[in-house]
Parts: sequence; C-alpha cells; structure tokens
Amino acid sequence: MEPDLHHPSWRPTASLEMIRLRAQLLTKIRAYFEQTGVLEVETPVCSSYAATDPAIESFQLACNGPAPRPRYLQTSPEFPMKRLLAAGSGAIYQICKAFRDGESGRQHNPEFTLLEWYRPAFNHRQLMDDVATLVNRILPEPKAVEHLSYSGIFKHHLDIDPHLATKEQLKQCARQHGIVDAKRLDLSSKDGWLDLLLTHCIEPQLGKNRLTFVFDYPASQASLARIRPGSPPLAERFELYMEGMELANGFHELTDAEEQRQRFHQNLEQRRREGLPALPIDQNLLAAMDTGLPDCAGVALGIDRLLMQITRATHIDQVLTFPIARA
Amino acid sequence: MASYSTNEFKGGLKFMLDGDPCSIIENEFVKPGKGQAFNRVKIRNLKNGRVIERTFKSGESVEAADVVESNYQYLYNDGEFWYFMDPDTYEQVGADATAVGDSTKWLKDQDICTITLWNGTPIIVEVPNFVILTVTDTDPGLKGDTSGGGGKPATLETGAVVRVPLFIQIGEAIKVDTRTGEYVSRAGK
Repeated sequence: MEPDLHHPSWRPTASLEMIRLRAQLLTKIRAYFEQTGVLEVETPVCSSYAATDPAIESFQLACNGPAPRPRYLQTSPEFPMKRLLAAGSGAIYQICKAFRDGESGRQHNPEFTLLEWYRPAFNHRQLMDDVATLVNRILPEPKAVEHLSYSGIFKHHLDIDPHLATKEQLKQCARQHGIVDAKRLDLSSKDGWLDLLLTHCIEPQLGKNRLTFVFDYPASQASLARIRPGSPPLAERFELYMEGMELANGFHELTDAEEQRQRFHQNLEQRRREGLPALPIDQNLLAAMDTGLPDCAGVALGIDRLLMQITRATHIDQVLTFPIARA
Repeated sequence: MASYSTNEFKGGLKFMLDGDPCSIIENEFVKPGKGQAFNRVKIRNLKNGRVIERTFKSGESVEAADVVESNYQYLYNDGEFWYFMDPDTYEQVGADATAVGDSTKWLKDQDICTITLWNGTPIIVEVPNFVILTVTDTDPGLKGDTSGGGGKPATLETGAVVRVPLFIQIGEAIKVDTRTGEYVSRAGK
C-alpha cells in the first residue's frame, strides 16, 4: 500500500472518542447481563474443529503442538458455548473475537467482535424480545420494534412467495428488479437466488428508524435452528436489521444430536460439490448434544455494527482500531 | 491473460466485461450472515465512459484487462488521428477521435497528456488539468476596465471558446482549467 503522509498506517482508523464509546457500550452490555442473571464466559477462539457452513470460511492455522494438526479460528463461539450449556451452565453470554476469511467491506472485517448469548427455556420469540430490550437500552434513543416474517418481506417488497417460488421465478424476479447479472450469475441453489434478492432489493429497506426482526426462515436456511414442521416447514431463526444493516442472527436452537449430525454431513457434502475445503466436524459438540443440550435460544450480535448504528458510522473501519489492512 | 478473483476487487482495478475494458469505481461486499456473498460493483466502461452497476458472486474470476496509463507528448493531428510520443522511448501512438473526445479542444503541440492504452491502443486521452493557450479572437475590451466583471467570449488557438474578463486582448496567453472549461488567470510570460 502507498504510504500516505497525512494518515500513516500505524494510526488507528477509529477516533479516540470512538474507542471510548466502544468501552461504554461494552460496560452497558455487561451491566444488562449482570442485572438479568446471565453469566459471562470465555471459550477458546482456536479449535481442532471448524464451522462446516459452506457460506463461511475459517482461518486455518498450522499448529506444531501439542498434538500437531491444523487448528481453526472460530467463526462464532457457538459450539463451545453449547458444550457449556450441556454441562449445566444455565444462561451465558460472551463477548469475543470471531474470524471469517475473505469477508471484507463497508460492513465486514475478517476479524470482528461478537456478543453471543444463550437463554435456556427461551424460544426465538422470547429471545427477540430480549434482544430488543438490550439494544434499546444501549441506543441513545429507544426505537420502535417490528416483527416481519421472511415470506412477508418478500411478498411486500417483491410480490413473490419465497417458499413457493421456483429458482427460475426468482431469477426472473431479479431481472425485473434491475439486477442485470441475473442472466449470467451461476447460483447453484434456490437459496442463492433468495440471498441475491434479499441483499439487493430488500435489506436496504429494512429497519428504517426502527428495530426490524425478520423471522421464520426457509427450512433450507435453518443453519443450527430447529425446524417447525408444517406446510412449509419453517426454521425458528431470526435476524435483526437496523437501517438496512444486519445486526444479529438468532435461533431457537436445534437440540436433536442426530439431526445435527445429519446437517453437518449435508454441509460437508455441499462443500465437496462446490469444491470447498473439507473440514472436521465438531465431535465435542455432538457428544455434548448426545448427552443433552437443554431447550434454549441463542443469538449472535455484531458489536462493531451496533457501534456503527450508535455513532452513525458509514464504514466499519471507523469503529475499529486497526482494520485488517493495518493489523 | 491474468485473472482477478472478486476478493482482489478494489477501486481502480481494470478488467474485461462483455468484451470491453472497465475500471472499478466502487466495490461493495454484501453477504447475508448465513448465505451467499456477492460483490456489487460500480464500474466505468473505459471505451465509452459509461458507469454501470454489476453484481458478481464472491469467488468468481474476471479476466484482467491489459490497460496501462502513461504520459505522452502531443505531436500533431493528420485529420484522422492525433499522434503522441513517449518522451522517454520516442515511440509514437495514434489516437482516434473517440479516444481524444473533448480533449481535442485543449490540445496544443508539446503538451504532456495522460493516455490510457488498451492492448497498446489509446482509448482515453486526458489533457493536463491546466493548460496555457493564446487568445486568437475576442472583442476589444473597454479601455481601463480591469475588474473582469461580466466577461466576454474568447476563441483560443485550439479553437476552444471560453469566457474571459473584459481586459483580455487578442494575442494574450491565458491559463484555463480543462475540467470546467473556465478561465483561471493571465499566464505570466
């Protein structure tokens, strides 16, 4: 990179005021969980196992010992936190670094800060209320809260049913809404087309001066959420949006070990089809789930993005001390 | 030919799109937390200057465009091509009217221009931000007027017409901002 005399790269990209605001934000989060009886925990960021989600890439480390084998930087603290829940921890939260290779842009830095928490005996609806309470306590001005179903936002913004539409209809819809590349793009799954429409045509409209929760995702996008049987079956998953930006992703957690095992294997199968690296499935998580993960709901909230919302920052670099290019 | 993956996308990167060389103006990485990542890019088509928005699946590759920018000295125009010379190698290139575009009205012998070449052929000729040109025609100004208020049209040696203060006379050299086409000052000899 060219040295810039007016902004040498040793300097933080966040202002000192921003660094203070981050500290205040963390204090408020800890106070909220202290008051509501949620225990702060720490788990390893470096693991022998990796997230198998084909849309997420882990950083891999060559480790010489003990037991020389590759290790992976966590993409979220979900697996070890679930092991704590299975061990009887009760409600827990963690503020930690997570890492996703290749994710860099206005709202992404490959290393970022997550707040993740789990509430035993909660479902995704109760957890949405918990998220709204926390976020509204932190924002300078509390905001109105709205809940929209995944199918509702597609019907409202694009006049299409995401559960019933075929791949071809979604492609057609993308072209009608000005995505010229729809003709050329090679998206292997129907979910790819839903993601294209969601990111290009819907997300920018979500969460305008309010907290918008989107819930009940297609079963194919369940990730680690439980699937509620029905027609169509729906994933008990939610996302929080503010000013067009995704801030949090939560699940009514899947607790069935056998189904979890199958989903991991489906992930690996999809990774193989897409030519992505094979990854070791977290056997410790599966063993914990075999013993019994309590019924619970969990959510991950991006701290950097929440700080962007509080300060109206337009680029994630403004809220980070040293983004990847300066790290 | 080399290729670029979307994770190398950044402002100024040149690549081939639909057979034309393009330059990235702005690259935005968009990704739902649990889903397909895309790069939404604002691109300038270097042949026609048009700005378009396109979407790539993250991880896709594009073909690099053999585009280089270099400084050349303007030599002459033969009615069809404008000829320029590399001041270091003395190598000459001819640019057609499309490549020269609006720059033609500011081009004066010996001026140093920035030329964008695609596969060795000039596609964009950029004149310096400021050029000094002689006034070849303008109405005589009012005697004693030095305020410059109002102004009048003046034709320059290259044929360009700019508004100048009333005190500017035929034969004077003036400095012009080529980006706005506006008079800046008298050019001191």
